[in-house]
Amino acid sequence: MPEGTLCNKQTVDTLEQLQALLNDRRGERYYEEMKSLEVEKKALWATIQKTCKSRIRTWLEICAHCGLCADSCFLYTVNNKDPKQVPAYKIQSTLGEIIKRKGDVDNDFMHMVMETAWAKCTCCNRCGSYCPHGIDMGIMFGYLRGLCFSQGFVPWELKIGSGMHRVYRAQMDVTETDWVETCEWMAEETEEEYPGLTIPVDKVGADIMYTCNAREPKHYPQDIAEAAILFHIAGEDWTVPSKGWEQTSLSMFAGDWGACIMQVKEVYAAMERLKPKRMVGTECGHAHRATVIEGPYWAGRKDGRPPVECLHYVEWVAEALRTGKLKIDPAKKIKEPLTLQDSCNYVRNHGLADITREIMSYIAEDFREMTPNRENNYCCGGGGGFNGIGIFRPQRNVALKMKRKQIRDSGCKLVVAPCHNCWDAIRDMEEVFQDGIRWSFLKPLLIDMVIIPDHLKPPEE
Amino acid sequence: MYEIVTGPLLWLSFSIFFIGCLYRVIWYFRGLAWNLDRVAYKAHMGAGIKGALRSIFFWLFPFGTHSWRQKPGMTILFFSFHIGLIVTPIFLLAHNMILKERWGISLWTLPEGVADGLTITVMVACVLLILRRIALPEVRILTTVYDYLVLIISVAPFVTGYLASHQFAGYQFWLIMHILCGEIFLVSIPFTKLSHVVLFFCSRAQLGMDFGIKRGGMKGKGFAW
Repeated sequence: MPEGTLCNKQTVDTLEQLQALLNDRRGERYYEEMKSLEVEKKALWATIQKTCKSRIRTWLEICAHCGLCADSCFLYTVNNKDPKQVPAYKIQSTLGEIIKRKGDVDNDFMHMVMETAWAKCTCCNRCGSYCPHGIDMGIMFGYLRGLCFSQGFVPWELKIGSGMHRVYRAQMDVTETDWVETCEWMAEETEEEYPGLTIPVDKVGADIMYTCNAREPKHYPQDIAEAAILFHIAGEDWTVPSKGWEQTSLSMFAGDWGACIMQVKEVYAAMERLKPKRMVGTECGHAHRATVIEGPYWAGRKDGRPPVECLHYVEWVAEALRTGKLKIDPAKKIKEPLTLQDSCNYVRNHGLADITREIMSYIAEDFREMTPNRENNYCCGGGGGFNGIGIFRPQRNVALKMKRKQIRDSGCKLVVAPCHNCWDAIRDMEEVFQDGIRWSFLKPLLIDMVIIPDHLKPPEE
Repeated sequence: MYEIVTGPLLWLSFSIFFIGCLYRVIWYFRGLAWNLDRVAYKAHMGAGIKGALRSIFFWLFPFGTHSWRQKPGMTILFFSFHIGLIVTPIFLLAHNMILKERWGISLWTLPEGVADGLTITVMVACVLLILRRIALPEVRILTTVYDYLVLIISVAPFVTGYLASHQFAGYQFWLIMHILCGEIFLVSIPFTKLSHVVLFFCSRAQLGMDFGIKRGGMKGKGFAW
């Protein structure tokens, strides 16, 4: 059987296909079918010839096999320095081998490649900054994931995730109606405490268009309310689009480039329709990576920039605190020792290390760095989709150990994690190891600390 | 024999080396694509060049980057090897005498003792690099015969040159071997991973542009990718 009904090389473009995958509990049948999935060697090689150009070929060729990347990889360290976790080995034995064999690889080999691409690399790109030759293995693993996806060798959850983007233009089954109703509901819930608060939908020409992560309307609607409260207090002229509100891209983790294009174009279309001055995205690392950093290229924008200036939430917070739009009550500054999780996707890969420190200087009295930190920080342990893949959960739980050690060594019990993925990883870490660590996004912390101007307070009874 | 290796073969080797390297560089840059690499090279040339130069510059200095600082032993070994490998042949008195004799030009030259010191450093560093490959599991797993071959090709001109210059028995033999080994080294550069002689700069420049243009170079500061 060359192709399964669930596990195949087709993309998931209809609700029926998506439902069939969702009905397959834990992907049992999906992975069973994968065992007999045939590799289309010719197509694989043709894709490589078309897309693997001098940059990656040079990286693979000139790798000096020096091993300096080993210690840069947290997965190498937490797996007892297993030589098979050396980044150079991981990429040479997968992508390197596929190219060497001109795509002539079999099913077993692709299973190994799939595990390596999703359970042995989170695409954090740390190794890239430790290689003397500037070989960024995270980028190559991203590319390799694309090859895997095209051959159908992709973890079940990510096949579903990319299908969600194709069907709903969101990583979860949140429709336009669900989204708009959630915004209305949150505005109603909040306006009693904050009179005049609204969540304007599809307002043209606002200063800020806000986009978020589908998990927020789906599971954490209070996050949307918190964003609204902070924009309200800051006096921002803001809006959310009814379409194109989803900033994330599980398709990026899946290597489904077609879905990446569809998803990001939806957000850019909203920008073009609503003509905001700027876009602000929620506290999510990969969403920022997908929509702001990589997205312009998927959308074919030659200047490498989104249609309007885009800010990560931390950039907006820093600006609001700096300019006094948001004022912190000095008495309410966080007194207990607190540390900060640097998200790979916008710190190492978008230079926002100073911005986050600036925020800490406004809100924390005892901010303590993790070691290492900033651009050198380690992945939370669950990046690149690792958090969400059931069959690789044991490997993911091992991967959490590095972050756990960093947090414990910092001496803090409170971790600020302005990234959904990092937030999840730290939550899961607490579930597994029970160290008594608390973790938080910035929004709830800020709401507890900001001074509400008198004119925005509810009238006294 | 001497006439052949220092005449046509030498010309051939240098031609292959220069043309080959030039080809590799052109092939590299022609193969970059803004949409596949997802880097807007042309749209942000200024930021790109800045990132590229930063990236090359810091990596050229021992302890210039996090990676070099993290592994001081390897850094010293690595730089000793490479400095000796590059400086010795270019500034060696004997090489410059030939240059003077043939073309009437000569570069600044190294004192004999320093040249000897550098040569010995290259040989010792090579042995240590080989031992490192054997001893460290994270390097051993990556190492192939090809890696040893490349090391041998690189160090052979130094071993033979040392033997020739110190007038050991069979001077003529060692001299010709030295020249041949040097020629093999030059010819190997474009065809093997020794192409990093030029591709190091290309690859670093590319990553520098990637970070400089797209991944934070315009927002962050002080980090040399």
